[in-house]
Amino acid sequence: MKDSTDVLWSLVWQFGALSLLAFGGANAIIPEMHRQAVEVHHWMSDADFTALFAISQAAPGPNFMISTLVGWKVAGLPGALLATAAMCLPSCLLAYGVARVWDRFRDAPWRRAVAAGLAPVTVGLVAATFWLLVRAADQDARLAIITAATAAIAYFTKLNPLWALGAAAAAGLLDIV
Amino acid sequence: MPIPVPRLSPETPPPTPRILFAAFLKIGLSGFGGVLPFARRALVERRGWLSAAEFNETLSLCQSIPGPNVVNLSVVVGSRFAGPIGALAALAGLVVAPVALVLVLGALWSRYGALGHTPSAIRGLSAAAAGLAAATSLKMARPVLAAAPYTAGPIVLAAFIGVGLLRLPLPWVLLGLAPVSVLVARRRGA
Repeated sequence: MKDSTDVLWSLVWQFGALSLLAFGGANAIIPEMHRQAVEVHHWMSDADFTALFAISQAAPGPNFMISTLVGWKVAGLPGALLATAAMCLPSCLLAYGVARVWDRFRDAPWRRAVAAGLAPVTVGLVAATFWLLVRAADQDARLAIITAATAAIAYFTKLNPLWALGAAAAAGLLDIV
Repeated sequence: MPIPVPRLSPETPPPTPRILFAAFLKIGLSGFGGVLPFARRALVERRGWLSAAEFNETLSLCQSIPGPNVVNLSVVVGSRFAGPIGALAALAGLVVAPVALVLVLGALWSRYGALGHTPSAIRGLSAAAAGLAAATSLKMARPVLAAAPYTAGPIVLAAFIGVGLLRLPLPWVLLGLAPVSVLVARRRGA
């Protein structure tokens, strides 16, 4: 029992910290989540993490739900609920507080410098997310083609990404890839 | 500044927590891989709770603090109209259905993930999800690199190498890069 309590605390701690590190949104913290879950805690394999990310993309909703799935994989339903709450609540409390004093400093020059300064860091982190997923997912040329085609569709068209995800899963089912 | 659209007309009462819950429930279920565009459509165009300018302002607040942006947005919008209960209602509406759905998908995966052709379907899905991440990072990179190619470029590269290639802990990378990047932005006059 102690072990499972330890794991739950560890989830709360990890995701609570990630919540406050997620400058630029959930996509920026995927590499750190992966590092913790796969490399530091050995909660799951690289392939499992990549599959969980893919599943989280195949469900509707905000894009932080990979944390729900990681929590679930590690400690079942309690893990899922705690990881989700830990991912949302710290930043929500911060948002609630900041919203109340926002009028006072929205035009402050330092706020614009902070926003402009954080943006390139976020871009680098999201690029790292992409790199991590590509390395794990593209085991052969046909999978790499799926990645490239999906990227092109999502970048150049307004098509619902679900179509690309569905087509790719179907290609897998039919053993085309 | 875009032309400000008039605020809630006098005969439109501010939304109650129940209505906020319902509105964000719908927003949460409407998009895949991020729901911000749907949040904008619902809050600005369909319900008229925020003007376009107010939405941009609120979003920029939500983007300058950590956390999932649309989750922060639900809290800020909910609290503006109905205080702490409104914030809680909007947040719950946004996350409850997607979390339940993703858990069903996860359970199906752990049950049937190793059977028959499922592993190859998951491989295809994972490759496509990586493609979505590629498009997201390109879309985010374009305006940032266009605004300041020579100063933002090295920071982007350093963050990518630190976290993506060297696998350094994120707090180190943030502490190392963010202050430098903010100072550079400051000197550039951002």
